Amino acid sequence: MPRERLDEPGLGLTGTTWTRVSPKLVWTELITTVVIGLVVTAGCVLIAVVSGGFERTAGTVWWCIAIVVFVIAAVTAALTPRRVRAIGYALRDDDLVLRRGLMWQRFTAVPYGRMQLVDVNRGPLDRVLGMSELKFVTAAASTNVRIPGIPFADADDLRDRLVELAESRRAGL
Amino acid sequence: MTFRPGPPPPAPETRGNAAAAAPLTDGEWHRLHPLTPLLKGGIFLIVILGYVLNSLRDQVVEFFIPGSGPQEDGDPVRYVYEHGVVGWVLLGIVVLLVVLIGLFYLSWRMHEFRVTGEIVEVRSGVLFRTNRKARLDRIQGINISRPLVPRVFGTAKLEIAQAGNDANVQLAYLGAKAADDLRQRILVLASGAKEDEDGTGPVRASNGRLMDHVDQVFAPELDPAAVHATRIVKVHPGRLIASMLLSGTTVFILLAIAAMIVSVALTGEYGILFGLFPAVIGAGGYYVRKFSRSLQYTIAETRDGIRIGFGLVSTSNETLPPGRIHAVSVAQPLLWRPFGWWDVRINRATNAGNGASNNQQVSSIVLPVGTAADVRVVLDIILPGLVGTAVAGPAASQEQLREGASEAVDVVDDSLTTSGDRGGFVHSPRRGAWLRPLAFRRNGYRFVPGAVLLRLGAVWRSLVIVPLPRVQSVKVSQGPLERALRLASVHVQTVQGPVTAHVGALDAHDAQQLWADTAGRAVEAAAADTSHRWREREARQPSVTSPADVHTAGSGAPAGPGPDHRTGTVPPGSSWSDVPPPGAAR
Repeated sequence: MPRERLDEPGLGLTGTTWTRVSPKLVWTELITTVVIGLVVTAGCVLIAVVSGGFERTAGTVWWCIAIVVFVIAAVTAALTPRRVRAIGYALRDDDLVLRRGLMWQRFTAVPYGRMQLVDVNRGPLDRVLGMSELKFVTAAASTNVRIPGIPFADADDLRDRLVELAESRRAGL
Repeated sequence: MTFRPGPPPPAPETRGNAAAAAPLTDGEWHRLHPLTPLLKGGIFLIVILGYVLNSLRDQVVEFFIPGSGPQEDGDPVRYVYEHGVVGWVLLGIVVLLVVLIGLFYLSWRMHEFRVTGEIVEVRSGVLFRTNRKARLDRIQGINISRPLVPRVFGTAKLEIAQAGNDANVQLAYLGAKAADDLRQRILVLASGAKEDEDGTGPVRASNGRLMDHVDQVFAPELDPAAVHATRIVKVHPGRLIASMLLSGTTVFILLAIAAMIVSVALTGEYGILFGLFPAVIGAGGYYVRKFSRSLQYTIAETRDGIRIGFGLVSTSNETLPPGRIHAVSVAQPLLWRPFGWWDVRINRATNAGNGASNNQQVSSIVLPVGTAADVRVVLDIILPGLVGTAVAGPAASQEQLREGASEAVDVVDDSLTTSGDRGGFVHSPRRGAWLRPLAFRRNGYRFVPGAVLLRLGAVWRSLVIVPLPRVQSVKVSQGPLERALRLASVHVQTVQGPVTAHVGALDAHDAQQLWADTAGRAVEAAAADTSHRWREREARQPSVTSPADVHTAGSGAPAGPGPDHRTGTVPPGSSWSDVPPPGAAR
């Protein structure tokens, strides 16, 4: 069966230069995935053991759940480097385009004039690695555009640039 | 009682109160209607008075017919009467009343508002002062509600809706006439028009003070001449009742009743039925409330936008200036299908009615129920200001706007029930049936000038119209299942509301095309959009050379931000800085 991904020619983005995020983001994502995966798996295993292990039906079900959780976490962790490489953004003339995701691919275009504010967030892991996350807020709650893994200095520059662009193209709501 | 009010307001600025005939938009500070303290705090006084009177009744009865009334212990009024301290208690009550009235009076004195060419500002509070300024060009709607009691006193509540949570400006209460007049003037100022050309509309002959008041109390909710209405849609009460009975809530209630009957029949326990009374009363109350709030529902086209009004005893009506609607959906619940009824809902940037002020209905429903013909008229009313401006440009006349929106109206009208290629829609391919088994031939999109239309659902039919100048962002996404089927979905994101513009299971190529086109057109449309000052273009044409435009004239600011104002791209900072601080010499 032919597979068709969302691609630049189809989206009219041919020739767009994507700015990729810092490769160090892999570590943040990986640590988060591994920790959450292990904690949830451990919890499931604990419940499985308490409810009687493989001898009882309930225990068997919980063991299966634990294995599924572990496999999902492992696959997510294994794909993390590729997923991080897939994140990119481009500042076009009038809007910002953000691409994310491998399996769940998505492209979001936000006109500059629609930006209400720009947040710069730094989590503890991000701070150790010298990265920030930029978040754009529009009047639509569902827009939810976040670009993780931008080096400190670049993040501030990008924020100032975006605020400037938004200011020059300001429109009503 | 130690009571220390804040610094007194600069008194000389205030020129009478809102009941006076002087225009309220002169940039000076005004007070609310003098009955406001009574209407706001009167409830407490009435409750206290009612309690005392109720208790006294027994006393009075006993006074005239000794030994007859029931003698209860622990009744405070009786205790007071028997111990001969009536005088003290009366004195106490009088003091309490005087203090309360004094407090209400003080809070009324300290509650002031003013409207300039740029902002509306309210300051209030005695101990904790609050001051709220709202920009006129960001007004999302002005609502006037008249609950029963204030209506009897000839007053009304005016609420200016602003974008954001709890961002509304409330003026409660104003004189009924003053409220209408103030709304008219605020809309004129906000629209950017030079001035109100034909004044206040027809003036009715006076039949004496009392009769005027009576007329006002019993006046119909909508007076077409007074609001310059050119087109009106009314909702028939019979149809309203039928549409409410044919709702999902009714189905749920019927299912619950069926479940009860079955369980009673199986168990033979009739006691369970008595536990149902609260539920029955609740359901009845729900219908009555919903019905009484929707009675006399009217949608009218006025010069300053759409006017939506409703209510029989407590009326409420709201004017939405053009360009304040972010998405429109025309939908048909399954049960309405045999009757061909539709409802029209909208997304708005304001959160009016999130609990605080209960006008949820005004916020999102434009047409509670109507036939396809009604839907067409309603779209004719709301779309010119949304779609028309994006097509015909900012300098177009009303006729051009209507013409610009006509294609959108025609397409929507034509496509309410269609499927397939009819109407120029790009719809899901055959393999979309895996994800949209019934709707794949209907599920589609098309562009009309100024808007993107989504045609959705074969069972629960709906049509979503998103005006391009209001698009906040566009997203195209594809999950693993969609990838295997070579499909993708597109989400046109607007402000939050009952309308979601999301179309899934499109052919991947079509979806990408939709994404790219919407992104591009939205930018263009937003750049040309001037609906935040919707009538400025009319004002501009006759007086392009005139240096004093309405903003500087209205606010009295020394130097306006110049030509920026006329291009429609107003940087928010500059207009704020024009407003002189309160108390500045004017």
